[in-house]
Amino acid sequence: MALTKVFTRPDSLRDLDFHFCPGCHHGTAHRLICEAIDYHGIKKKTIGIPGVGCGVFLYNYFDLDVCEAPHGRAPAVATGFKRVLPQNIIFTYQGDGDLGSIGMSEIIHTANRGENITVFFINNSVYGMTGGQMAPTTLPGQKTTTTPYGRDFRTEGYPIRMTEMLAPLEGVAFAARVSLHTPSQVKKARKAVLRALDIQLKNGGFSFVEFLCACPTNWGLSPRQCIEKIDKEMLQAFPLGTYKDRQGS
Amino acid sequence: MNRIEIRDESCKGCQYCVIFCPRELVQIDKGRINALGYNPARFVDNPDRPCRGCALCAEICPDALIEVYRKEKGRS
Repeated sequence: MALTKVFTRPDSLRDLDFHFCPGCHHGTAHRLICEAIDYHGIKKKTIGIPGVGCGVFLYNYFDLDVCEAPHGRAPAVATGFKRVLPQNIIFTYQGDGDLGSIGMSEIIHTANRGENITVFFINNSVYGMTGGQMAPTTLPGQKTTTTPYGRDFRTEGYPIRMTEMLAPLEGVAFAARVSLHTPSQVKKARKAVLRALDIQLKNGGFSFVEFLCACPTNWGLSPRQCIEKIDKEMLQAFPLGTYKDRQGS
Repeated sequence: MNRIEIRDESCKGCQYCVIFCPRELVQIDKGRINALGYNPARFVDNPDRPCRGCALCAEICPDALIEVYRKEKGRS
């Protein structure tokens, strides 16, 4: 009986093993973005701009043109690319330390200018690559190497909700938060990624997708426990949903 | 018969596919250690509850190592 291959690696994702830790959701985010690029058939004209963090090796895995940006400055680099090459599709891929901390200024002004780029934001509530320090998105009470007794809001503040913060800005066309911890959430995330790139293809303006991801190594949990933590704790602090969809509404 | 193929030499044993397979057809191969040093996942079909080809394992695999093969429609 004939069998059909119904699921395989996307074309834009090179046939390499990821360097990510077991249970890390960076790989899932990589795959979804590649699937969306293949779906829209824009592999030849897409340029990816990773920030600094575990996602920095994007140039190894994506079969695309890639330009590295200094810490937090990916939206600024993307702005330059888009203005010089308006026909190309430009996306940035940034973590929470990169986008929410050192790159806060760049992301807000890029969003406010309504630059026609797409930003993929990986929120795992911790600095992954540098060894598990507190990020702006760290949950209250979460232990990290710089908050060994748990994040205390009186001294370290509260987690920043980037999607909620960017959505009201005039220049933002699409802002959504998705999670990658269950297969059904991955399917919803795929739709959000497709929509974000679709808006850029239609010159709709700035599009932003935040992924809730696990960091088993720096959380000190097994991948199984990480799923529970996302389900019970992260979804409380970071509610999922599409916060703005200008063309859809 | 529907089936999946896991590129087990690259598997890191995170067990996401084991957790989410609705028919419990993916297991961790405790008897084997792959080149990366992990016990890889293994597909073990069960005739009583055969694989439906739902691809949930492939959706959740963070390393995109799973390929899913399904019978053509209308012949199930």
